[in-house]
Amino acid sequence: MRFLSSSVGRKVLMAITGFFMLFFVTVHLLGNSSIFIGPGALNTYAEKLHSLGPLVWIFRGFMFLMLAVHVFFGIMLTLENSAANPSKYAIGRKLKATFASETMIWTGVLLLSFLVYHLLQFTVRVTPDIMPDAVANRPGDVYKMVLGSFRITTISLVYVAAMATLFLHLSHGIQSLFQTVGCSNDKTLPKVTMVGKLVSALFLVGYSAIPVLILAGILKN
Amino acid sequence: MILDGKCPTGPVEKSWDKHRFDMKLVNPANKRKYKILVVGTGLAGASAAASLGELGYNVEAFCYQDSPRRAHSIAAQGGINAAKNYPNDGDSILRLYYDTIKGGDFRSREQDVWRLAQVSNEIIDQCVAQGVPFARDYAGYLDNRSFGGAQVSRTFYARGQTGQQLLLGAYSALSRQIRLKTVKMFPRTEMLDLVLVDGEAKGITIRDLVTGEIRVHAGDAVLLCTGGYANVFNLSTNARGCSVTAIWKAYRKGAFFANPCYTQIHPTCIPQAGDYQSKLTLMSESLRNDGRIWVPKNKGEKRAANDIPEDDRDYYLERKYPSFGNLAPRDISSRAAKEACDDGRGVGPGGKGVYLDFRDSIKRLGEHVIRERYGNLFEMYERITGEDGYKVPMRIYPASHYAMGGLWVDYNLMSNIPGLFVLGEANFSVHGANRLGASALMQGLADGYFVIPYTVAPYLAASKPGKAKEDHPECKKSIEDVKAFTKKLLSINGKETPADFMRKLGNVTWNNVGMGRSKESLTEALAKIPGIREEFWKNLKVSGTELEVNQQLENAGRTIDFIEFADLLCRDALNRDESCGAHFRVEHQFADGEAKRDDANFSYVAAWGFKGDGVPPELHKEPLEFNLIKPAVRSYK
Amino acid sequence: MSGHSEHNTKTLKLIVWRQAGPDKPGRFETYTAKNITDHHSFLEMLDVVNEDLIKEGKEPIVFDHDCREGICGVCSQVVNGVPHGGHERTTVCQLHMRLFKDGDSIYIEPWRARAFPIIKDLMVDRGALDRIIQAGGYTSAHTGGSPDANAIPIPRHDAEYSMDAAECIGCGACVAGCPNGAAMLFTGAKVSQFAALPQGQVEAAERVANMLKEMQDCGFGNCTNHYECEAACPKGINVKFIARLNREYLKSLL
Repeated sequence: MRFLSSSVGRKVLMAITGFFMLFFVTVHLLGNSSIFIGPGALNTYAEKLHSLGPLVWIFRGFMFLMLAVHVFFGIMLTLENSAANPSKYAIGRKLKATFASETMIWTGVLLLSFLVYHLLQFTVRVTPDIMPDAVANRPGDVYKMVLGSFRITTISLVYVAAMATLFLHLSHGIQSLFQTVGCSNDKTLPKVTMVGKLVSALFLVGYSAIPVLILAGILKN
Repeated sequence: MILDGKCPTGPVEKSWDKHRFDMKLVNPANKRKYKILVVGTGLAGASAAASLGELGYNVEAFCYQDSPRRAHSIAAQGGINAAKNYPNDGDSILRLYYDTIKGGDFRSREQDVWRLAQVSNEIIDQCVAQGVPFARDYAGYLDNRSFGGAQVSRTFYARGQTGQQLLLGAYSALSRQIRLKTVKMFPRTEMLDLVLVDGEAKGITIRDLVTGEIRVHAGDAVLLCTGGYANVFNLSTNARGCSVTAIWKAYRKGAFFANPCYTQIHPTCIPQAGDYQSKLTLMSESLRNDGRIWVPKNKGEKRAANDIPEDDRDYYLERKYPSFGNLAPRDISSRAAKEACDDGRGVGPGGKGVYLDFRDSIKRLGEHVIRERYGNLFEMYERITGEDGYKVPMRIYPASHYAMGGLWVDYNLMSNIPGLFVLGEANFSVHGANRLGASALMQGLADGYFVIPYTVAPYLAASKPGKAKEDHPECKKSIEDVKAFTKKLLSINGKETPADFMRKLGNVTWNNVGMGRSKESLTEALAKIPGIREEFWKNLKVSGTELEVNQQLENAGRTIDFIEFADLLCRDALNRDESCGAHFRVEHQFADGEAKRDDANFSYVAAWGFKGDGVPPELHKEPLEFNLIKPAVRSYK
Repeated sequence: MSGHSEHNTKTLKLIVWRQAGPDKPGRFETYTAKNITDHHSFLEMLDVVNEDLIKEGKEPIVFDHDCREGICGVCSQVVNGVPHGGHERTTVCQLHMRLFKDGDSIYIEPWRARAFPIIKDLMVDRGALDRIIQAGGYTSAHTGGSPDANAIPIPRHDAEYSMDAAECIGCGACVAGCPNGAAMLFTGAKVSQFAALPQGQVEAAERVANMLKEMQDCGFGNCTNHYECEAACPKGINVKFIARLNREYLKSLL
């Protein structure tokens, strides 16, 4: 309990939960990338995942827990922090803080809402773009489902925007993770920061490639 | 009156050990019944409060700053001496004692100096145990450097921030005691009166600098650790808040003021730039280890420093004092700089400066070595002057820096008022007429950690605890006096600010009682000071009220104390019709300009007693004896 | 030879936060600083303004200042939105007017953070920093009886690292600059100073836990790794000491 009430303890929880979600985002990107191999590959990947049965649910439960802890303490720390610094300066000049570091709570909230939408869309499959096609015809054809949705420009744009948000969140978050768990010093911090930004950019490019290539008509049936 | 320092008798080398054994002790169970009031939380005050709290006394500590960590000890840069002899270069307690006595030009009390040298080693052990990150060599052992006035390397240092690190060490020890509730800390309070009950110091009256409340704290003993009075020159290297006020109030209550004329001028300060200047910045004289001091040989030299060829440079310290060279003691280097400037060979704006040149050291050791040793000082110099000391020689000039004089104390650090102890720079005891570099930190910590914990006991053991309470008539009277004084300052409503008066006073003190003093200059100053005082009471302007933060009111109080004190300073300088150490009477010098002491007539401590406003103070003498070494002409050639 | 221009003076517009007391409302007031040269320090410029105010019968601006050489750590002004004015390794007392141009407008504000209540104008109460030190910023070394200073060699690198941390002057710029009003750099520096030394080991776990708890109790915020503290620090204390604090905290749990 001392850990949960400690400023650093809670931050370490943010870091650890963030780390697992970072891990998830990485695995998810690798899975998604099977789309570039061909329709079969993505569908086989999806089937493989579903065949794991209870393991999938355990994993989902774990990730939900990570998310819940991350969101809960994220909001709490933000509220505490704004209470600790109630009045601002007349001129808000910043020397080192970045747009990304200052907007963590907002990129976080946006990502959370995107996640809900994303789950409703591709996991629960109840959004209007999926509903008719998915339910009526071929429930197992993930490839077709994805293709169908991303051909709608708005959906693709929302997706790319969400990935840009993820980029911002992680470009601060990755180095922050290392700093918070104490794996950082004056020599490594600049490098970790740079690598963190690169990785975040990789996510942005990797994830966004799918809707962009579909919209561009390069990925097709 | 002939004063007695109550020093232990017998061989000097055994004096402190003998005295420690002879002193009475306070029963551990009784210690908490005694309340000790510690005023000032610099090296002396913080270490005293922490050590006394640790012993079990009930301590209350006061400082005018917002935190005890900010006392001006923090600004000492160079280092702290100790006779550890780690470099194996021939140091010993005897040598440190000898250097200190000789540096003080045989005007300090021998037993006090011996004690200082003896406990110096314990100080280093203590500080290391506290986690003070002293500089170390590659083998992990403590590093030493040499310092002005010594031919051995005995100075321990923490980059250019030794004072800061030692103070933070003492502050952390004090913080620990505050946590343990043995010490109660009152920051942002200023002592404005000393309360005497039956002739003994039993309380202080303070002003809370935030609320303006004036109240008494009663106790069983009062320790003044309030630093020196170098700001009497207006521009000095001291912090703006450093004042003579606490010890001056004690003087006005009967404490003797000893040797006020011993004021030290520091040779390596950044020259003044204009009238608006609020303070002078000191650069550690450790710079003199690697910098060479020179002025152009020709008067009115117009070339830039780097364009002046070797043949046209006068390395005057190396020329005049070949064995000490650039490390000649502070007073000698300061006067030599002034002489060069008076000779029309000064450099920089107004010709008030000499060069401190690192060209040769950089050539010999490389810039990185110099950067490692003094990087922060070069940065500081560039921030203030806008010049790069690695490329062009620095310009330096002497500035008032330290007060060797202070309240008179006996061997137990107790003044002539029973129960009033005075520690650190605020007392007069060990530095004589001149202090050696890196000895101030040593003295502050020696007094606080290793002297007062023992020497306060005999007084306390002989007195009943809790003799005076806050409701004692003397306490009430003191509050009324301070309130009346404060009201008086606020009621004048004239036209000039405290700063105006400090500038006026500084003009007189710096020009007439600064580096060189003469009968004429001192008589002139004594004629001028009453005028300043009179004008102060007629024409002072302080805005605001007393029941709030009022920095002008604080300044006004300190200013009038300085004006009154300046008079005593001049009287003492006039009385001491000899030259010794930093006190240089131009009438008394050898043909080569060295100070000429008069041991037959002036081998005494001049302790002045207050006789009332407008009445000349009374002179008391404490004769000085030297048993271990005999006074000799101080020569640094 | 110094190349300084003695005759060029500047006039500046100062927009200064005035507040009569902790619970009183504050507001900005505008003043003009005249006849300022390159050699005036920032505080000397304020001295000039204050002298004029006093002579006009107005209340001078209250600000903390003492050593005026950048080491006591008492000066505390946010200049144009940045603590100490934002020049590398410079406290506001060492800020020189050569860095400003004639006609510049300068906003001057006090440190702002919940843990630092304003006392008056630009003066704040930083007692919270003292309380953090009181919670554990020391080794419990008794006076006297310490082993010889050279008894335990300390690798030079460790001593230097410790000194890097110990340089903190406790001014609170890190808190004032932090968007969260956190005191992690201050606390981290003190924890790291002792963590690097053999003398600090015995109490290491207790120290970090107590200091962190006190930090929270004083009302400071949490670190979110903006590193504004490092940028604002007039002594250049590195944020690696915050990482060290975090590490020491985790070690203390074991």
